Amino acid sequence: MKVLLGVGGSDDSIRAVEQTTARAATAGDELTVAIVENPSSDRSREEIAEMVREILDAEGVDAEIRHLEGDPGSSLVDTAESEGFDEIVIGGGQTSPMGKINLGSIAEFVLLNSHVTVSLVR
Amino acid sequence: MSKPRRYPDETAGPFAAPPTSFEDREGREMEIRPYDGSDEEFEALVAMYEAFDPADRAQGIPPGQERRIRDWLDNILDGDCLNVVVWDGDDAAGHATLVPDGDAYELAIFVLQAYQEAGIGTHLIESLLGYGAEQGVENVWLTVERWNRAAVGLYKKIGFETSDSESFELEMTLTLSAQ
Repeated sequence: MKVLLGVGGSDDSIRAVEQTTARAATAGDELTVAIVENPSSDRSREEIAEMVREILDAEGVDAEIRHLEGDPGSSLVDTAESEGFDEIVIGGGQTSPMGKINLGSIAEFVLLNSHVTVSLVR
Repeated sequence: MSKPRRYPDETAGPFAAPPTSFEDREGREMEIRPYDGSDEEFEALVAMYEAFDPADRAQGIPPGQERRIRDWLDNILDGDCLNVVVWDGDDAAGHATLVPDGDAYELAIFVLQAYQEAGIGTHLIESLLGYGAEQGVENVWLTVERWNRAAVGLYKKIGFETSDSESFELEMTLTLSAQ
């Protein structure tokens, strides 16, 4: 399966990288990691790319790491639709101090607008 | 890095601090007390959440299985959190909590299905806020699913105002008057 994994740098997006990479190693998915602009992330794009590279290397998965410019949600949806991806994978939400799941704005946009299947990683 | 929350200029309260007791609209004698940290009360809350209707979950809480319920309770019944429980004798009928978040507190309230629509939620949230004010809490926030009109109505009645309506969930805030 051709999978586009969107990463904004939040903790839930890093968890999504770990789980999706582990699945790709077993299932043989063709994985592309797209690092998107995320103003609410404290991590720089370089830091995020380095974290992703380490996770990929640890699982022995060969994947392209790309940087997408512009609005994160729409750039993910555009890329997935125009390049024939089977699925978009993104982090499935942060939790509040109380433990409530909050869906971020990127996830909300992708869910409502993508014509490609979307997976939220929990 | 998310934008700071806006809190109402107008303060809410004062609210009566627990312990309090009242008769609910079904004629049941209910008592509200701060959580005392004992094994008995912890287990009574586990039993309440095990009986909780999954249809009344909000944003993933309360969680579903006993192990997850215990982990979650360990977290929110911890020392820095403020918790009040409403009792029908030895049975926990509802629970409300304030969990620290920087210099503010996140609020949540749960009433077991058999005790809903009897006026218990209003007593419970007022007691929690009275307890919070007593402990020096000023800023309180919560999120609620926008379709949950009963809950949104209750929060508004208490003094919460909508601070962010751009997400899936409505965010509401309240400023507690000192007492």
